[in-house]
Amino acid sequence: MTSTSPKTIADWRPRADRLPQTSAFSDFMQETLGLTTRLFIQLKRRPSTLVAGIVQPLMWLLLFGALFQNIPKDLFGTDYGHFLGAGVIVFTAFVGALNAGLPVMFDREFGFLNRLLVAPLASRYSIVAASAIYIIALTLLQVVAIVGLSALLGAGLPGFSGAAIILLVVLLLVVGVTSLSLGLTFALPGHIELIAVIFVANLPLLFASTALAPLSFMPPWLQMIACLNPLSYAIEPIRYLYINPQWQWSSIILHAPWADVSFGAALLVLTGFALVSLVIIQPLLRRRLA
Amino acid sequence: MAAAVVVKNLRKSYGSSIAVRDVSFEVQAGEIFGLLGPNGAGKTTTIRCLCTLTKPDGGELEVAGVSVLKDPRSARSKLGYIAQEVALDKVLTGRELLNLQAAIYHLPKAIANQRIEFLTSILGLTEYINKKTGGYSGGLQRRLDLAAGLLHQPEVLILDEPTVGLDIESRVVVWDFLRQLKSTGTTILLTSHYLEEVDALADRVGIIDAGKVIATGTPSELKDRLGGERITLRIREFTTSAEADSTKDLLMQLPFVQEAIINANQGNSLNLVVHASDDALSQVQAALKSAGLPVFGIAQSRPSLDDVYLAATGKTLMDAEMATAGSRNLKAEKKQSMKN
Ligand SMILES: Nc1ncnc2c1ncn2[C@@H]1O[C@H](COP(=O)(O)OP(=O)(O)OP(=O)(O)O)[C@@H](O)[C@H]1O
Ligand SMILES: [Mg+2]
Repeated sequence: MTSTSPKTIADWRPRADRLPQTSAFSDFMQETLGLTTRLFIQLKRRPSTLVAGIVQPLMWLLLFGALFQNIPKDLFGTDYGHFLGAGVIVFTAFVGALNAGLPVMFDREFGFLNRLLVAPLASRYSIVAASAIYIIALTLLQVVAIVGLSALLGAGLPGFSGAAIILLVVLLLVVGVTSLSLGLTFALPGHIELIAVIFVANLPLLFASTALAPLSFMPPWLQMIACLNPLSYAIEPIRYLYINPQWQWSSIILHAPWADVSFGAALLVLTGFALVSLVIIQPLLRRRLA
Repeated sequence: MAAAVVVKNLRKSYGSSIAVRDVSFEVQAGEIFGLLGPNGAGKTTTIRCLCTLTKPDGGELEVAGVSVLKDPRSARSKLGYIAQEVALDKVLTGRELLNLQAAIYHLPKAIANQRIEFLTSILGLTEYINKKTGGYSGGLQRRLDLAAGLLHQPEVLILDEPTVGLDIESRVVVWDFLRQLKSTGTTILLTSHYLEEVDALADRVGIIDAGKVIATGTPSELKDRLGGERITLRIREFTTSAEADSTKDLLMQLPFVQEAIINANQGNSLNLVVHASDDALSQVQAALKSAGLPVFGIAQSRPSLDDVYLAATGKTLMDAEMATAGSRNLKAEKKQSMKN
């Protein structure tokens, strides 16, 4: 079979086909695209995931935001609902990415993952990439809804550069957390254990960040933890640009116990987090055979 | 001809349980090789090691001339793997699954489409290919799985129990397809615990038991090597064991009878192993007649693969299946196997 399509089994010639030589990069792109397509088809056929994913953060914003409605304004530097917006955006991205491993774990338990593992994937990072792309797309839809509702609640809209920063922050956070989640998926015995880890990681990381309250509200030990928590480095830039449309790379956005953190430095920390996550899961992805 | 698959001194244990003790065999290019063995013999473990899904404790593995352990990615591109349990994404249609398969094997779109059309039509899937696989019957799922495993035109197709759980009709469809595939030069390695399947399909057989290959050869070689012929005899529909015993003693006196086994599960029928000769059957009948014994049924046959298995292990395949059926914890194994 060269260019004519096979008609009978006699035209089926193992290895007679000389397929065009492709580069490792285009192979990686192709497999990532194939895997991502599958995730979007699933989403399209199970739209409830999308609906729930959009409604949930909006409920957060409305209900949790209303909880502290009557708190004095100067406490948060702004209305609590506005203060919370950045936290909800980041937490939504974080939860989505943290759960990215679950469908892969079910694939693994069901045997579907073996399909991918016996294929000559250019790199198993295509599995990570597909999940990350999917979560980023999903998160962006959620972010649009959150930003929209915040605007309705009077927080205003971020400018063009603000939107770009939100996109960048979501991207870095999702890449980092998705790869950790997939690393766990390859390392843990089954979905029960994975769900347990997700469950345990979820709320403490939320509470020990600046999502719900500023650093100054916290006792020193919690400040310490919150400043080690990557979520804070995602939340603070978004919060800052919402409150200060005139933000600069050098603007100080977080007073960590050991140093003041600038806008640019926070993004660097996030970049470092994403890169380190990608690197440390490598042995886990190779676990069976590279 | 060159060996398309080489398995040499393969070993694999899970904790303290030994799944594969020492397995060696070769599959020649272009042949169908059947790995026959009862439940728990180590077939799946062997296959998983060959397909890069499980890391062996020791041994050498080659597929299409490529070392599986040294160059797993290149080995993957040369082999097609059809797992024992079909795992499809039930939300996807058959075509969407095949498209995914084409993407992870890096096929250009046009070639992928041609092959999908071809495999779909030859496997009788045309009518179903745009439907979600969630609604497929077991036979359809198997056929789609076959199409998926073949899409990249592997040199070696490896199938783990390809017809387990299928009705006779679907089984025959799969057998026919595999024979056709063989005619194109594709090397086929399959495992089975069905004697008929291996007998019907395989050019050569490896019999595996308790993690070891105990015999290899063509089915007729194996049977011939065993020698002799089999006579199955029932004097009455239900013979008492006393009468079976006395009949056994009587027939053992015949010079050409090597062995006589009373099968209590079959109404105390007698299984005789005799030197191959033209008149063994009539001589047995004559001996019975002169002793005044009736004959309810009598048949002579060449040894079957089950006899080969029986001779090598001292039990029939069926007995071996029964013995392991109760003792395995499949759920725990499934969990375990994901880790390795
Ligand atoms: N993941 C595992 N963890 C522990 N023991 C295992 C595991 N996989 C297989 N075993 C053991 O290794 C032996 C061989 O198992 P294997 O699945 O390779 O057999 P098989 O020949 O494929 O059997 P079947 O016909 O049931 O598919 C069995 O005794 C089984 O109990
Ligand atoms: Mg098996």
